[in-house]
Amino acid sequence: MAHIDLPEGFPGISGAFTYRPETAKPMRELAHVLLHEPNSLTPAERELIATYVSYRNDCHFCQSSHGAAAACHLGDAAVVEQVKTDFLSAPVSEKLKALLAIAGKVQKDGKLVTAADVEAARKQGATDIEIHDTVLIAAAFCMFNRYVDGLATWQPRDPEMYARMGRHLADQGYKEPSIRQLVGAH
Amino acid sequence: MPHIALPPDLPGIRGAMAFRPQTARPLNALVEVLLTGENTLSRGERELIATYVSSLNCTHYCHSIHGAIAAAHLGGDEGLVRQVKTNFMRAAVSPRLKALLTIAGKVQQDGKLVTSADVDAARALGATDLEIHDTVLIAAAFCMYNRYVDGLGADQPDDEALYRERGKRVARDGYVTVSEEYLKSHSNAAAR
Repeated sequence: MAHIDLPEGFPGISGAFTYRPETAKPMRELAHVLLHEPNSLTPAERELIATYVSYRNDCHFCQSSHGAAAACHLGDAAVVEQVKTDFLSAPVSEKLKALLAIAGKVQKDGKLVTAADVEAARKQGATDIEIHDTVLIAAAFCMFNRYVDGLATWQPRDPEMYARMGRHLADQGYKEPSIRQLVGAH
Repeated sequence: MPHIALPPDLPGIRGAMAFRPQTARPLNALVEVLLTGENTLSRGERELIATYVSSLNCTHYCHSIHGAIAAAHLGGDEGLVRQVKTNFMRAAVSPRLKALLTIAGKVQQDGKLVTSADVDAARALGATDLEIHDTVLIAAAFCMYNRYVDGLGADQPDDEALYRERGKRVARDGYVTVSEEYLKSHSNAAAR
């Protein structure tokens, strides 16, 4: 049960967003710019960064919903699982691997990112904006994950629900709720 | 030196904000609602939560500027801010705020560490659901802001006077208003 009286039937962050629309608005906008708007990193690459950080923070709702969004963009769910557990052997670009290494350090502590990490990403073609967005996506998911977990929100284990959410997120982005009606009883 | 080409005249998060105004806008809008919006927690209390979490994350820029903003809201009491950073249980703040700071400290490590007992303790001291929600989100948000500043290797000056002066301005004018200045003055640099 959630720590506070969140609306019934809204899983994960959607319950918290419904409870407090004033803070939901900028949080949705941030996710939309970072993950959905045009960028030299593909939406799939950015969703993989979000998924990887959420996995490392052990946040079930976030890693499942963003993992499903990444799988929709890629048409491949196996890559998502591999990025979570061992991205160095995943079939993703060397540039994305270098950015995931930076994201993994930000997840622990931003101060762990070294000039050498950034040089390695640049050598694989990463731009300053891409490095910036990687750091901010990783940092933002350290917020979203803690928000979802810190309120003890309802985090269903139903893969079908996450697949539907992922489809919506991949197509529509983050400005509008992906859960439009009650998902089901607890 | 920052890891990427941030504007050299803007320390801390301001350089990062000016570098990427598209993300600066929601980042400023969020902190504005959380720390300056209408709330039963005072602005001073909310700034103390932000300061405490930033101090746990050892992000010098954030705990200095939010500490200065907190002090500005608390009649200039910098000693109280220092006490909250180092040992809030002995600080001259309400038992309710101490219970909320306990929750914030757990969120800083991992949201899953917050227990029903932590929440019940805060409630027994008069905390409302909304106050508990905002405490969790302030703590979570500062885990983002702190990592953003540190992860880019942003410049974090030592000069206390700089934070003190700016803290008074932010306490008076709010985040969105002060951000408009530096976002505007660097808007041409966005043509990268």
